[in-house]
Amino acid sequence: MKKILVALLMLVWALIPAAARGDTDSCITCHSALEGKLAEPAKVFDQDIHHQSGLTCADCHGGDLHDDSLNAMSPAKGFRGAPKKTQVPEFCARCHSNVTFMHNFNPKARADQYSQYLTSVHGKRLKQGDTKVAACVDCHGVHNMLPASDTRSPTNVANVATTCAHCHANAVYMKGYGIPTDQFARYQKSVHAETLAQGDTSAPTCTTCHGNHGATPPGVSSVPNVCGTCHVFFAQLFEKSPHRAAFAKLNLPGCVQCHSNHEIVKPVDDWVGVGPKSVCANCHTSGEKGYTEAEGMAQDLAKLREGIERADTTLDTAERSGMEVSSARLELASANEDLVKARVNVHTFNEAEVRKLTDQGAGISTKTHEAGLAALHERDVRRKGLGVALITIVITIGGLYLKIRQMESPPRS
Amino acid sequence: MTTVYRRVLSWLDERFGAGSIEEFLRHKTVPVHRHTVWYYFGGMTLFLFIIQVLTGILLLLYYRPTPNDAFESVQYVMTQVRFGWLIRSVHSWSANLMIFTAFVHMFSVYFLKAYRKPRELTWITGMLLLFLVMGFGFSGYLLPWNTLAFFATKVGTEMAGSIPVVGKWLLIYLRGGEEVTGATLTRFFGFHVAVLPGLATLLLAMHLLLVQRLGMSVPPGVEKAIGEGRQPARSMPFFPNFLLRDIMGWYAALGVLGALAAIFPWELGTKADPFAPAPAGIHPEWYFLFMFQTLRYIPAKVIFLEGEFAGLLAFGAAAAVWVAVPFIDYKAGFGRVTRFFTGLGVFALGYMAVMSALALR
Repeated sequence: MKKILVALLMLVWALIPAAARGDTDSCITCHSALEGKLAEPAKVFDQDIHHQSGLTCADCHGGDLHDDSLNAMSPAKGFRGAPKKTQVPEFCARCHSNVTFMHNFNPKARADQYSQYLTSVHGKRLKQGDTKVAACVDCHGVHNMLPASDTRSPTNVANVATTCAHCHANAVYMKGYGIPTDQFARYQKSVHAETLAQGDTSAPTCTTCHGNHGATPPGVSSVPNVCGTCHVFFAQLFEKSPHRAAFAKLNLPGCVQCHSNHEIVKPVDDWVGVGPKSVCANCHTSGEKGYTEAEGMAQDLAKLREGIERADTTLDTAERSGMEVSSARLELASANEDLVKARVNVHTFNEAEVRKLTDQGAGISTKTHEAGLAALHERDVRRKGLGVALITIVITIGGLYLKIRQMESPPRS
Repeated sequence: MTTVYRRVLSWLDERFGAGSIEEFLRHKTVPVHRHTVWYYFGGMTLFLFIIQVLTGILLLLYYRPTPNDAFESVQYVMTQVRFGWLIRSVHSWSANLMIFTAFVHMFSVYFLKAYRKPRELTWITGMLLLFLVMGFGFSGYLLPWNTLAFFATKVGTEMAGSIPVVGKWLLIYLRGGEEVTGATLTRFFGFHVAVLPGLATLLLAMHLLLVQRLGMSVPPGVEKAIGEGRQPARSMPFFPNFLLRDIMGWYAALGVLGALAAIFPWELGTKADPFAPAPAGIHPEWYFLFMFQTLRYIPAKVIFLEGEFAGLLAFGAAAAVWVAVPFIDYKAGFGRVTRFFTGLGVFALGYMAVMSALALR
């Protein structure tokens, strides 16, 4: 019991920041007095998540923070100094791979970053001695590390792409690796980057598809799995489609084949079909079943889209005339939903599946168009009725005027 | 026909002296001078009020005052009920025209000094009716339960809440709780169809009685000219000459109402969503715009008062002065026209017009 109490007291003591315990940190005191690179850690460490959690320089670098002589940095006092680049992952992993220790700070803290890192291209290359690849501090910073939830952190979801681009968009730095350096520029044009910039932090960034600590480019076969983690329904349709087997046979990378990878722009209906902007026509040629299906799907989508546009224009005119057509508007919204669903069903690559929805939507759009026409007819009837009423009113006013004149005219002699 | 009329009149006369009414109407006259045209605006306001009552009763047949049903019931009236669109649009347009003609009537009475002794009570009942009419507008605006109405009511009732001491109580009383909810709708419906009509009927009866009792006021300038023999004292019989002219005006108003309803049916908007953010550019009905714009210009703190409360206090004081003007400008009762009060009227009219225009800018 006594031992447990002592252990607990020691733990509590360890968790209390040094400053709060009234201790002086000789590392900070001395390094603050230095200049240049050696002063840098002391300047920024107070913001660091480690400092915020009560850790000191000595917790990572060893040495004796109570000793204000140079002896504080003697190996005899456990001083480890700054690790070399190749040693950084192990250096961090001493704590970050220790589940028990990490749970002292956060019961949900992960401890698999190091093991994941070892599986990544970065980790593998570092093991081989390539010091240009990213290690922990290259992405997280050093001495001023912030939690990823902090918007100032380079690992915050809003900043991840820029952090990766720091190396991956630098053609000179990446020379020799044989991979493109335009990913960041292309990603910035994507619907994903656009959504993220609008403040939707659930929108994907580099690490969403590539992983973070275990960063590896998705292989050809894993692309639908990666996209399918968010676009679940599309992935399911693709799995059941004839494209699944055909793409596997031709070693084509699923979704990316039509949607590209980093520059994933908002798809348009012109991609479906056999027109000049079509992606189907990249593989399918006239006379093939796929070609006919693509042509049919494009026609179905166009038919519904035009039907919706026509109904929308009629309802707009009716609304501008002051007619109440909100019920028809509401109905037209469900035709729009059918169009969205039909666009999703394109991923079955089966025209019948698309037509089922476009026919349903077309029926609704026709009905709402007719409701708009009926409202315009009603408007005309009202205006005619108004004309008749106004004529009657003018005649009555005229009659009253004549009556008043007759009453007030002097009597004839 | 004349015999039947005589017999009915005689029957009524024996029971409550109806003959005296006929006698009164026969001898009632209306002064004729260059400002006679302003006399018609009181009758026009009364006509539009009657239209409001009739169309309001018809709307009551379908309207349901709950947050779930209010919008849909008005939508049903607009789209499914035969001539429902006409009744609802006429009700809304007529409300606005009525407030407009009531303001014209009030300002014409003010500038022609018709409030002077012995018509102080006519002026006070008229002013109270004008406030009631604005209350009708405010309470009726919420009833369709659409987005604009919802947020305008929220802002409007919040202003009442800024009054020190009683503000919180007043806000809860108006809203039926802390927030604008179904309780507010039920409450406003009650005010709109029961409380305000009851009060309006009482005040209207008093106002009309006073008008009949005291007759139409002749402006001091005309009165002086007649007194000095520069102008003859002309008049016309109220019945039928003036009444027929009144009816001509009412017919014209009916035509305007019909045209507005057919060409610009009153919009319904979208159903109120209490959880949605307030739409941009929200503003109250046109007759509250001058107050709304003034409150926007007032800083957050005026000396030691909250800006909003200071604004409301200023408007309250101005309204009190306006109601009491027959007693303040008592010299007008002796035929002495002071330029100050005419200038004050021009300032008030100009202020309202400029502030309303700025609010719409």
